[in-house]
Amino acid sequence: MKLIIAYIQPHKLQDVKKALCKKEVFKMSVTNALGCGEQMGYEESYRGIKFEVNLLKKVRLEIAVNEGFVEKTIEAIIEGAKTGQIGDGKIFIVDLVECIRIRTGERGGKAIG
Amino acid sequence: MVFILALVSIMWSVSPVFAESAGTDGSATGGITPDQLKMGLDTVWVLIAAFLVFFMQAGFGMVEAGFIRAKNTCNILTKNFLDFCMASLGFFLIGYGLMFGDGNGFLGSRGWCLFGLDATVNGIPLYAFWLFQAAFCGAAATIVAGGMAERMKFAGYLVYSFIISALIYPIVGHWIWGGGWLAKMGFADFAGSTVVHTVGGFAALVGTSILKPREGKYGIDGKPNVLAGHSIPLASLGVFILWFGWFGFNAGSALGVTDGSIIGRVAINTNLAAALGGIAAMITVWRRFGKPDLSMAMNGALAGLVAITAPCAYVEPWAAIVIGATAGYIVVKGVELLDKLQIDDPVGAVPVHGICGIWGTLCVGIFGKSTLGLANNGFVYSGNPMQLGIQIVGSVTAVAFVVLTMTIVFKLIDLTLGLRVGREEELRGLDIGEHGMEAYGGFQIFSTS
Repeated sequence: MKLIIAYIQPHKLQDVKKALCKKEVFKMSVTNALGCGEQMGYEESYRGIKFEVNLLKKVRLEIAVNEGFVEKTIEAIIEGAKTGQIGDGKIFIVDLVECIRIRTGERGGKAIG
Repeated sequence: MVFILALVSIMWSVSPVFAESAGTDGSATGGITPDQLKMGLDTVWVLIAAFLVFFMQAGFGMVEAGFIRAKNTCNILTKNFLDFCMASLGFFLIGYGLMFGDGNGFLGSRGWCLFGLDATVNGIPLYAFWLFQAAFCGAAATIVAGGMAERMKFAGYLVYSFIISALIYPIVGHWIWGGGWLAKMGFADFAGSTVVHTVGGFAALVGTSILKPREGKYGIDGKPNVLAGHSIPLASLGVFILWFGWFGFNAGSALGVTDGSIIGRVAINTNLAAALGGIAAMITVWRRFGKPDLSMAMNGALAGLVAITAPCAYVEPWAAIVIGATAGYIVVKGVELLDKLQIDDPVGAVPVHGICGIWGTLCVGIFGKSTLGLANNGFVYSGNPMQLGIQIVGSVTAVAFVVLTMTIVFKLIDLTLGLRVGREEELRGLDIGEHGMEAYGGFQIFSTS
């Protein structure tokens, strides 16, 4: 079992969800995040004073998957989020020790679904 | 406060000065003549109405801001703010002369910068009349901001707003209110369903068609996606401000008070049409989509107001109910129609102002009464479609003129300054791209659309 964490551009979320649906990955969590990598910030001004905005808005996806789905999920995320420009994001894969469905108490691969 | 007023009025009524000046030329005794009193009262009325119509700019601003995404809010409010400034300038320099100056049936040709005009017009001072008309001009100009929201360049918008207030709006206005050819035909538009709303609505249609839809609004299969507005509270505040201002918009167009009967009639018609527009739109949406949608219901109230704007002085209250209700239905269908045609109108400017503006103009010919000031009795009363025919001619020519001229204007702006922002900027938000600031600074507002 793996937990796939992906940081993507906010406006690519719809494309990523569509791509995941096509590969039959339906369950995920989405949170808002601020972050930066190679992407530089941008300049804003307020009443005559300029300032740099360095932490950019990102969207963080968390998807728990069984082994068989790992590659499919990664491909789908890349297909949906890639634009070829700096700032596309990153995917992290973390080992998942246990997964429990709260409603039924199921554990392991069955709980991921 | 009341006590002081009572005291003053008692003293005034028993004072020898007042007793002497009654019925004579007031200037000799320092009093005031009945004629001056009438002019003063009419001026106060028209100025208050002008201030109400000016306040509608805040209404438009709030409606437009509420119906678009947060990342573009600063931009739309700046456009809304500046277009009234540009309208004030353009209508002073050129617009008033084109609209109300003596000329021919097509346009006026005197009164640039208000030089060479009489000090009074229609029984009130020129300057008061100018302000009232300038507020209307600003209203027409700002309608387009909503239709072209979220992807139009700011510089292009400034140029457009000057041109529409200085040239396009006044020419159509001259035909109808400046003694031009439509007025001579007997075309009637009491407060501007054609002059203001049809002009603004169809300029918005041309603009939004040339701009093309927002990124992500229509899928590859043509199905519309939701690009939700970010603040229903702001939008509903805006609608109430517009409704409030509309009492000045319509009732002020009487340009005077006399015994109050006209403005009383206009006020009740205005209110009934707005209320029924809201009810009809809500029922239509509820039945069509399953839930009562506040944003559409409010569009319905605005549609009712637009539709009653032309006939408000010429119809009975029962007709105002019918006119408002039909407008509320039409606006819902209009929004659906635009989506079917893949014309992206973020705030519904075209269905509310353009389509219902035409409907209101036609209603003059259907429900209007010649006893209330029309050249010919309305269809419902006389079975004679004469007035209706005149209204149709006016609507059609106004639409044709606006579509032709605004196409040229927007195409020219596109070729010189550029009409639409780049894709990156549109996704990041016009607030940052055009103005380098955020409407909601310090908030983390995430937009995934």
